[in-house]
Amino acid sequence: METAQTLLSFGPEGWGDEIASGVLITVSLALATLPFGLVLGFLVALAKQSEEPSMRLAGNIYTTIFRGLPELLTLFLIYYGAQLGVQQVLRLSGTSATIEINAFAAGMVALGIMFSSYASEVFLSAFRAIPQGQYEGGYAVGLSYRKTMRLVVLPQLFRIALPGLGNLWLILLKDTALVSVIGLTDILRQTGIAARVTRESFLFYGLACLIYLLLAILSSWVFRALERHAERGTVGR
Amino acid sequence: MSAASTAVVERPAPPPRRWSKARVAGHVLVALWLLLIGGLLVYLVRAWDPVLFDTYAGRYLSGLLVTLQLVGLSIVLGAVFSVPLAYGRMSANPVFGGLAYGYVYFFRGTPLIAQAFLIYYGLGSFRPQLDAAGLWWFFRDAWNCALFAFTLNTAAYQAEILRGAIRSVGRGQWEGAAALGLSRWQTLRLVVIPQALIVALRPYGNEIILMIKGSAIVAIITVYDLMGETRRAYSRSFDFQTYLYAALIYLAIVETLRHTIDWLERRLTRHLHH
Repeated sequence: METAQTLLSFGPEGWGDEIASGVLITVSLALATLPFGLVLGFLVALAKQSEEPSMRLAGNIYTTIFRGLPELLTLFLIYYGAQLGVQQVLRLSGTSATIEINAFAAGMVALGIMFSSYASEVFLSAFRAIPQGQYEGGYAVGLSYRKTMRLVVLPQLFRIALPGLGNLWLILLKDTALVSVIGLTDILRQTGIAARVTRESFLFYGLACLIYLLLAILSSWVFRALERHAERGTVGR
Repeated sequence: MSAASTAVVERPAPPPRRWSKARVAGHVLVALWLLLIGGLLVYLVRAWDPVLFDTYAGRYLSGLLVTLQLVGLSIVLGAVFSVPLAYGRMSANPVFGGLAYGYVYFFRGTPLIAQAFLIYYGLGSFRPQLDAAGLWWFFRDAWNCALFAFTLNTAAYQAEILRGAIRSVGRGQWEGAAALGLSRWQTLRLVVIPQALIVALRPYGNEIILMIKGSAIVAIITVYDLMGETRRAYSRSFDFQTYLYAALIYLAIVETLRHTIDWLERRLTRHLHH
């Protein structure tokens, strides 16, 4: 127990500060991905519920591809693909250099794309749950399409989509662990380094699992509060 | 506009569809997709390398078999283990229920890759004890550890699917069966399970798809599944098409599964439609 305490302490002998910085990276990656994934997912959902068949087709191709690929493979495709792409562009412009793509950025793009392809389905089913009368009511009081969307449809849409988005957030949080494979110093990578140096693998990987669990519990509290907030208008029914 | 008038009067030619903004944007997006997919196909054809194919085709196949074996076995073993777990989740006993809840929460709340690391690398810390228990031969091997981790993980998800499906069958079904004099076990087997399985079919299918995609992480703990073979091929050839072929194979598997599940669901619920 004594040794575990020193190993986990914050200081030159302990790994506490390294792991804490890993937690910070994991959380900031997930938080940075969220708005990107939400906006992209919403746009894809709009495309998929459009009256225009070609729009629906484009949206469906997107979800088919990115929901069918393994998360790790998507990450590698984007990481190595972007690296090759940038090198091609540089070669065309006459300079040759090996470029390292930032792992955080690659992770953000890959996770955001995966998040959005699932989020589009959540938004789509939320759109279907809103009756046509809500739109018609909006137009009847003289609101434009945009205003109806913003003032009538979107507030209800988010309330309906919130539980589904909460699940997707938990999946996103767990999927950030994959980005450690391409070198991001997140929770899993930092605990992995500690495990290799100290040969206390069970302690450190167990700690990693507990930290992820703690983040999941915290997130579910936040989402429960958000859901209660969103449903405050419907309680009386 | 109305259906009655078109039935009597000769149907007028539909007005030509206008090129609305959405229509233009949709066509542009589809064109971009076609360009991208076509470009990738042209790249794959032009970069076709018989030597590369001869070297790696067999390995991809063996990697694919490893993936399918790993997922198939862990789904079946996890299904077996999920039954007592689901029972625990539904039991009124606080100890049993609490344990099952904690188990499910842990395995659903942590990343699969961290669980695999915990089992493959972490259990190495207990080598003397495992040796003494005669279990070390099992946990020394990465494939066994992956199978173990996947089984524990999928059991947690499947227990929740099972619980949700059994809950979805109404109380009246139990009461009706009791009124007919069926025992609890007969009710479960003859009345509840057949209805619950239809509800559970889609979630089970999704779980299989998620496992196939998630199984790619075993490549990190040195199991040569499809992803592991792909990584090895890329690290030797530095040829990007190795990843593209893996993507095509995974997409083909997932799409086949998805359509099979759709078909199965339509077939099994045909008595519920008109």
